[in-house]
Amino acid sequence: MAAEIGHLSLWLALAAALCLSVFPLIGVHRNILALQWYARPLAWVQWLALTLSMVCLGYSFYINDFSVAYVANHSNSALPLAYRLSAIWGGHEGSLLLWGWMLGGWAAMVGVLSRSVPLHMVARVLSVMGMISVGFLLFMLLTSNPFDRVLPWFPLDGADLNPLLQDPGLIIHPPMLYMGYVGFSVAFAFAVAGLLAGNMDPAWARWARPWTTVAWSFLTVGIALGSWWAYYELGWGGWWFWDPVENASLLPWLAGTALIHSLAVTEKRNMFRAWTVLLAIIAFSLSLLGTFLVRSGVLTSVHAFANDPERGTFILAFLSVVAGGALTLFAFRSSALTNNKGFKPVSREAFLLGNNLILLTATFVVLVGTVAPLFFEAMDLKISIRSPYFNGFFVPLTLVLILLMVPGVFSNWKRQDGNGLLKRMALLAPAAIIAGWFAARLPEPSPWQGVLAIMLALFLVFAHVDDVVRRARAYGQGFFTGLGKLGRGYWGMVMAHCGLAVMVAGITLVSFHEVERDIRMAPGDQASIGEYAFVFDSLDSYVGPNFDSTRGHFHVTYQGEPEAIMHPEKRTYHASGQIMTEAAIDAGFWRDLYVAMGEPLEDGNAWAVRIYFKPGIRWIWLGALMMALGGALALSDKRYRRQRFATSEEGVSHES
Amino acid sequence: MKANSPWVFLPLVGFVLLAVLLGSGLGRDPQELPSALVGKPVPTFSLPSLMTDETLTQDSLKGRWQLLNVWATWCPTCYVEHPFLLELAARGVAIAGLNYKDDSAPARQYLAEQGNPFTHVIVDADGQLGLDLGVYGAPETFLINPDGEIVLRHAGDLNARVWQEKFAPLLEQGSQEGGA
Repeated sequence: MAAEIGHLSLWLALAAALCLSVFPLIGVHRNILALQWYARPLAWVQWLALTLSMVCLGYSFYINDFSVAYVANHSNSALPLAYRLSAIWGGHEGSLLLWGWMLGGWAAMVGVLSRSVPLHMVARVLSVMGMISVGFLLFMLLTSNPFDRVLPWFPLDGADLNPLLQDPGLIIHPPMLYMGYVGFSVAFAFAVAGLLAGNMDPAWARWARPWTTVAWSFLTVGIALGSWWAYYELGWGGWWFWDPVENASLLPWLAGTALIHSLAVTEKRNMFRAWTVLLAIIAFSLSLLGTFLVRSGVLTSVHAFANDPERGTFILAFLSVVAGGALTLFAFRSSALTNNKGFKPVSREAFLLGNNLILLTATFVVLVGTVAPLFFEAMDLKISIRSPYFNGFFVPLTLVLILLMVPGVFSNWKRQDGNGLLKRMALLAPAAIIAGWFAARLPEPSPWQGVLAIMLALFLVFAHVDDVVRRARAYGQGFFTGLGKLGRGYWGMVMAHCGLAVMVAGITLVSFHEVERDIRMAPGDQASIGEYAFVFDSLDSYVGPNFDSTRGHFHVTYQGEPEAIMHPEKRTYHASGQIMTEAAIDAGFWRDLYVAMGEPLEDGNAWAVRIYFKPGIRWIWLGALMMALGGALALSDKRYRRQRFATSEEGVSHES
Repeated sequence: MKANSPWVFLPLVGFVLLAVLLGSGLGRDPQELPSALVGKPVPTFSLPSLMTDETLTQDSLKGRWQLLNVWATWCPTCYVEHPFLLELAARGVAIAGLNYKDDSAPARQYLAEQGNPFTHVIVDADGQLGLDLGVYGAPETFLINPDGEIVLRHAGDLNARVWQEKFAPLLEQGSQEGGA
């Protein structure tokens, strides 16, 4: 019964989305206020209907209703409850539902938090979001309905959730990622609404900016979670593989990063308007492209859970309508956005444009690398694009980006005295070079690329410390009073930029100083990496809720002192028979110790064991979290709180 | 950007090209590639063996039902697939390996660490045999009958489900005909 209600309410959501995409726009064109006014309630109806669908699907999982095909394919009566519920987004159909639900949620929130935006603009924005929603809901209802029944002969038990996904990290990874993907639809809708309106309100960047920052922060956390998950769950200790699916999430992130900086220029200086609009379209189109790549099966990947050419065709058509339509609109309307206000080559906007171009180049590089196999296939060439290509382009681009970030932070809007800028940088550079030289030698000597990366990371941090001090002093009321006066938006930027430095340092450390040993070990054997000694004590087995496990007991000593107890496992899942490696990780700020059981060797007692020493790997995710936190700080800035206050005066209060 | 500048069409043109490319990819789903080689003998080759000093030829793939698995150390999916290959080998399925566009030293180390499910491993360092077989990328698996003819090709990782659906029925049918 729940499944039928869920199915029905999906159709209801579709009806609401259709109305939302048509009537408010008619209202804008015919100047009928009542029709414009309907945008907000319709967005709410759509979201509530989708919420009901989510609840129904969740309930079907909860009661183990295996007559629902999706539940039967992704759950099992022995599956723990938390995983049964997170199985809602463990497969294709449910992921789409989650996506659609979030899109509806963003639209409803835009309705609530846009009291300061003129009604005709709200109507347009929500209409555009409604159109996107129509596409998604049709896709779901026509090709991938999560509520399809398998009657009359339904399975007595389910096929189980993919064991790779039975993991706490995976409970929150897809929602975070999707919040980011879908969140870019708001900036997209604002951009398209502006193009539809013909003349862009100078305030549009101010409206779109906080939404974009929220989406970007979620996406940052989502990508970091995905990387963390791959690190501990896939069992071979890597944290980024340039896999098509990972690239699919990186692409909108790169474009989104460019977008939030470009939005800043548009808001403060009313410049780069066409450019910002273009970036908003690109960021969301890349989010859709990501969905296409993951769901269509055009690219093979370890992450591709469901592949179906028919679905791929639909998403491609949808992508063409959304991205193609928006870009066509851009081509014909963007001339209205240009203003001939020039900018000085040495100014904050100039450096931000430079950074934007680098970020977009990086986006292009990743995009080409991701879809190139398709191109070569079409030419009947067999060329595989591997990490040397990506690293070869991406690493130098990142380093140049950092080099450009510093003058960008130091510079003023409009114009900047070039000599003063050079002087500030010339004072900091030697400090960064000397400190970087020593820091890079601390673990053991690094190759020059590593030394350079550490120097640049330190340069970035020093520059921000210097900038904080100068700005705090500039208030002339003492250093600490000045610190308190710096806005949260500014602190957000400092935090996010330092996050990048931390991440670069972590990547450098782990790339150049990790030690990986793959060895044969039997209980009683000992292996060492540097001062760490790993002792394989014993082997036992136990039965989990839905798997059997063979478990190794290791203890680790550092310079003879006890350091860690580790339990790597090899699990065989009952329902699917899949064998999973559960690595044991002793996490630390400076280093991770990583033990994974490979394969049992001939004599049955000895195992191929992987022992890794990973210095600085936590910094990669710490850096990402700092970036996301930077986004959150920027959102808590006074000017947005004032807006929220205005909102709550009208009787509604919401977290922004 | 000036009014009517042709540059504003650039993003649209770029997107159309991308969409055409993606559309062309849809027809050729890499998971389901009907190979032109199905029903034909394995192309002739003469390549070194990874684990021994002998030279392997197409005749090394005759005489019994076996799998030819294309793998490489640079392929993440191969790591995922590997435990299942070991399981198959343990069940008595003969698997020949084709180490595709790879370096031999890390490949040997990989087998030493991960376990070796292969009866023998063909070294295809420059990818010539892979090209003749029409390999799109690793991993791919071919089913080969005792006459050395390709019966089935599967692109992507081999797992329990694919095995049950595609390989097991053919293998069963083949062994019955062979027995009759």
